[in-house]
Amino acid sequence: MALEERGIPTIAVHTHVFARLAKAAAMANGMPRTRQAFVPQPLVGQTPDQLRAYVEGSDPVSKRPFMQEVIEGLTKPLDQEDLKGAALDRSTPRLLEPDTEENLHELYMRNRWTDFLPIVLPTEERVEKMLKGTKIARDKIIGKLRPTAFREFWEFDVEKVAVNAVMAGARPEYLPVILAMSASGVTARSSSTTSFATISVVNGPIRDEIGMNSGIGALGPYNQANATIGRAYGLLSQNLQGGSVPGETYMGTLGNVLAYTACFPEAEERSPWAPFHVDHGFKKTDSTVSVFFGGWYTQSGYGPRDSWQAKFIRCLTATEHYQQPLIVMDPIAARGFNDLGYSKQKLIEWCSENARLPARDYWDDQWITTLVHPHAVAGVEPYASRLKAKPDEMVQLFLPGDINIVVTGGETQGAFKMFGGRYAGRGPGTFNKEDPTVIIDAWR
Amino acid sequence: MSDRIRVHDPRGYPPKVVGKRLAPRLASLEGKIIYLVDCLFDNSDAFMEQLRQWFAAHLPKVVIRVISPRESWVDDADMRAKVAAEGNAAILGVGL
Repeated sequence: MALEERGIPTIAVHTHVFARLAKAAAMANGMPRTRQAFVPQPLVGQTPDQLRAYVEGSDPVSKRPFMQEVIEGLTKPLDQEDLKGAALDRSTPRLLEPDTEENLHELYMRNRWTDFLPIVLPTEERVEKMLKGTKIARDKIIGKLRPTAFREFWEFDVEKVAVNAVMAGARPEYLPVILAMSASGVTARSSSTTSFATISVVNGPIRDEIGMNSGIGALGPYNQANATIGRAYGLLSQNLQGGSVPGETYMGTLGNVLAYTACFPEAEERSPWAPFHVDHGFKKTDSTVSVFFGGWYTQSGYGPRDSWQAKFIRCLTATEHYQQPLIVMDPIAARGFNDLGYSKQKLIEWCSENARLPARDYWDDQWITTLVHPHAVAGVEPYASRLKAKPDEMVQLFLPGDINIVVTGGETQGAFKMFGGRYAGRGPGTFNKEDPTVIIDAWR
Repeated sequence: MSDRIRVHDPRGYPPKVVGKRLAPRLASLEGKIIYLVDCLFDNSDAFMEQLRQWFAAHLPKVVIRVISPRESWVDDADMRAKVAAEGNAAILGVGL
């Protein structure tokens, strides 16, 4: 659309499953009549002959010849509708029209403002009570979110975050954590086809102040704070960014169960190592939340057993390589590694050094090809060296800075799990690591 | 009625949408420079190659140039400027 504004007639080609999304994005950009043509899904894995058939075949949306759509899109004279563009008023009210609880629950579901689990209706009284959890002015604009890099940002204030916190079943004392998550700039409802979720880790004194669980079942449904803070992050993301509607603002092909809720505190007092936030420059007395963007995979194991090195290599090389590992360890496992002489950093460096695959396999990964390959071609290290490697040459999957370890759990077993989780800052889908950890104390 | 309650709208604040005009269309593609913008998604380069071959076979007087942004998911202003300065039209793909 930027090219159209510069006087260059343009047509965008998409696969047909993105038809609704592409038209919605064009509308949101004030150019609803943007010329678009569609080919069948999938494009990935198709041979040149199959792609040629797409070009010579029909547009699956318009049912007309694909190339006719393309050529007419660039040459057919504009009509009056094209010339006027489309201004659009999408302003949202502060309060909805009064109605019964039953009808309002239906309205929220119909509008896809919920995660389809029961919500607490955000009445004025409940929102007022929630707002007592912070001293920040209710009308202060505190952030902006969008479902992906090519969509427009929506803004929000403290009150809007409080509304979604009420809906999730959170208590007022949790609000500073939820506000900090909202200000991270990372959406918990990415529209990516790859089905992202976010995993959030809370550190510092606020863990105990609000009664979070870093013991048995820390990652499970066994604590109101853990459960509702994570859920609030999901609800506020979808509602404050302009939606997470399948086919329009959500395209994750499988979806992700971690998107319901995924928030837990670190068991700092039972870990042999420094807390995660202290590793990243914060004081132990600071309360922080760190967001890990991903949730694509989970590898599990116990440790350290005699064969832990082989097990770790199997787990690390089985990961989706675009998604760096967040290793969550029970304190028993962490102490075991510590007793073997592995500091947290030493273990991270071991993982980085030993997680290797043949270059052929590394570059055959779809998202490595899509997102990392252009960096490699541009000469950005370490990707450029990985690209120069011979097909059988073993290449490193992760740098030490890509790998993170957090300790939590109830010590009923010396378990670990590796989750796909990129320590994420502003800008989903990018390598930007600016401000990945948000200090909660600023939001009290 | 006493059983009716008032609740908040949970949505954020969308940006204002300002209507924008499309560029004038070309009377003909003959002799014109069309940029095929490969958005760098997996296999989009192969698709663009088929598109290039189609033009070569069916509209050989159209000048086709293939170009890519410096990386996926990034608005490459330099690439856009080049297309705007040197091209007459653009086909983008295959994007989401």
